Amino acid sequence: MALDYSQKVMDHFINPRNVGEIENADGIGEAGNPKCGDIMKIYLKVNPDTKIIDDVKFKTFGCASAIASSSMATEMIKGRSVEDAWNLTNSAVAEALDGLPPIKMHCSVLAEEAIHEALNDYRAKHGMEIIPIGHHED
Amino acid sequence: MFVYMDHTATTPTSPEVMKAMMPYFGEVFGNPSSVYSFSRKSRTAIEKARKQVADALNADPSEIYFTGSGTEADNWALKGTLEKAKSKGKNHLITTSIEHHAILHSAEFLEGYEGVDVTYLPVDSEGKVSVEDVKNAITDKTALVSVMFANNEVGTIEPVAEIGALCRELKIPFHTDAVQAAAHLDIDVKAMNIDMLSMSAHKMYGPKGVGALYLRKGIFPVNFIHGGAQERKHRASTENIAGIVGFGEAMEILKGRLKEDKAVNSARRDRLIAGIMERIPHAKLNGATGEDRLPNNVNFSFIGVEGETLLLDLDAKGISASTGSACSSESLDPSHVLLALGLKHEMAHGSLRFTIGRLTTDEHIDYLLEVLPEIVAKRRAMSPLWEDYLKSIGE
Repeated sequence: MALDYSQKVMDHFINPRNVGEIENADGIGEAGNPKCGDIMKIYLKVNPDTKIIDDVKFKTFGCASAIASSSMATEMIKGRSVEDAWNLTNSAVAEALDGLPPIKMHCSVLAEEAIHEALNDYRAKHGMEIIPIGHHED
Repeated sequence: MFVYMDHTATTPTSPEVMKAMMPYFGEVFGNPSSVYSFSRKSRTAIEKARKQVADALNADPSEIYFTGSGTEADNWALKGTLEKAKSKGKNHLITTSIEHHAILHSAEFLEGYEGVDVTYLPVDSEGKVSVEDVKNAITDKTALVSVMFANNEVGTIEPVAEIGALCRELKIPFHTDAVQAAAHLDIDVKAMNIDMLSMSAHKMYGPKGVGALYLRKGIFPVNFIHGGAQERKHRASTENIAGIVGFGEAMEILKGRLKEDKAVNSARRDRLIAGIMERIPHAKLNGATGEDRLPNNVNFSFIGVEGETLLLDLDAKGISASTGSACSSESLDPSHVLLALGLKHEMAHGSLRFTIGRLTTDEHIDYLLEVLPEIVAKRRAMSPLWEDYLKSIGE
């Protein structure tokens, strides 16, 4: 054990931002599975006129880096357009956290996947085409 | 407050033990193998420690061989015995699915490189091996049965005396990894028909870097460490005199207070178990109860949360504990022990182990019982798995 987490990871783990659910969310996405020990669920509220993500919440089962990745990723897409949110990469999330231990990189991948799932759910609900998502083996 | 709840990982070397060790770092530095009289002091010290360890097990001092660790003792017992059995055409090893990695990875090595057939016996939901299963697994090719005395993760005590009796009757060597058990239980190698037994000093308030293998008179696995003629030609390398002296001292002290420690520890253990059950809903105790459990072990799974997050939250409150979650290991698999007990992956990921000992006080138990429910509740509140679980049970 004795994993070396950055101060940013510990900060987002101890005081996670945007925890919770959104009633009547415009998009809900989930990634991971309990077998691997990580599940991440993202809720989006999108402004119908501007297509800006007005609110985002998450619920995560997983280790400290999974919780920190969810917290950071939600901060990074809040107030951004749905297009910008789609382009958020796992490495950008990890970088914003001042890095993750190599064995924990999959946690940032999970955040990217959960956001993509939520955006696709939003697209489906609004009659838009679903964008295929490349799933990572974790 | 510093609350150390990980005595199974390691223990602090006690002040009395350190005091006994001190002269052997400087003043009494002679190589025990040297001929001159100055070295006799080192030899005498080692032989005294050998007797202290032997007495604690009801063994003869000539049956105790000091090693560099409990892991080395396990490696020696398994690899040395299977290597020796080759010439007799025996290549079958029986062990269990809940052994420490020192045994499991040695067994895997033997499977992979030496063509040994290994039977990994299952355990029941409390982590107990069945003597009947051991009996049924034995063939005319069986060279060794190795079953741990007590499990390090869930604390379950195995039916060692019964397995010993069975193996003695069938004339099959029996080894037990007693690295955890020796720190808490009365062990009589004669009465229990044990042929080989591994131990480690740092689990019983002795120093790190020293262990021992008990080998019943006449039982000799082939050597594992080759070199000089130390340990009566069975374990080469200049002796770790201070470490060995510390081991002997630690073992004698431990034996003297074993009964008292057991009563104090098991009372605290049971108070902690009852307190957790009472304060945290849907908490599952892993392992056996009462006399079938090590007096210092508490292991719980909290559905909906992941062990590493709990460890870090506890650490922030000054509490040191351990988990069987994958996130705390170098792999992504949760504890093989918890899976062998039949736990689902998500339950194994949500496990916490508290092991009490000489640093534990009643206040520590109170403090843990005060802090833990809040931590579990906080993490459950942000877990989609907990939400799903509550829905699945209709709450």
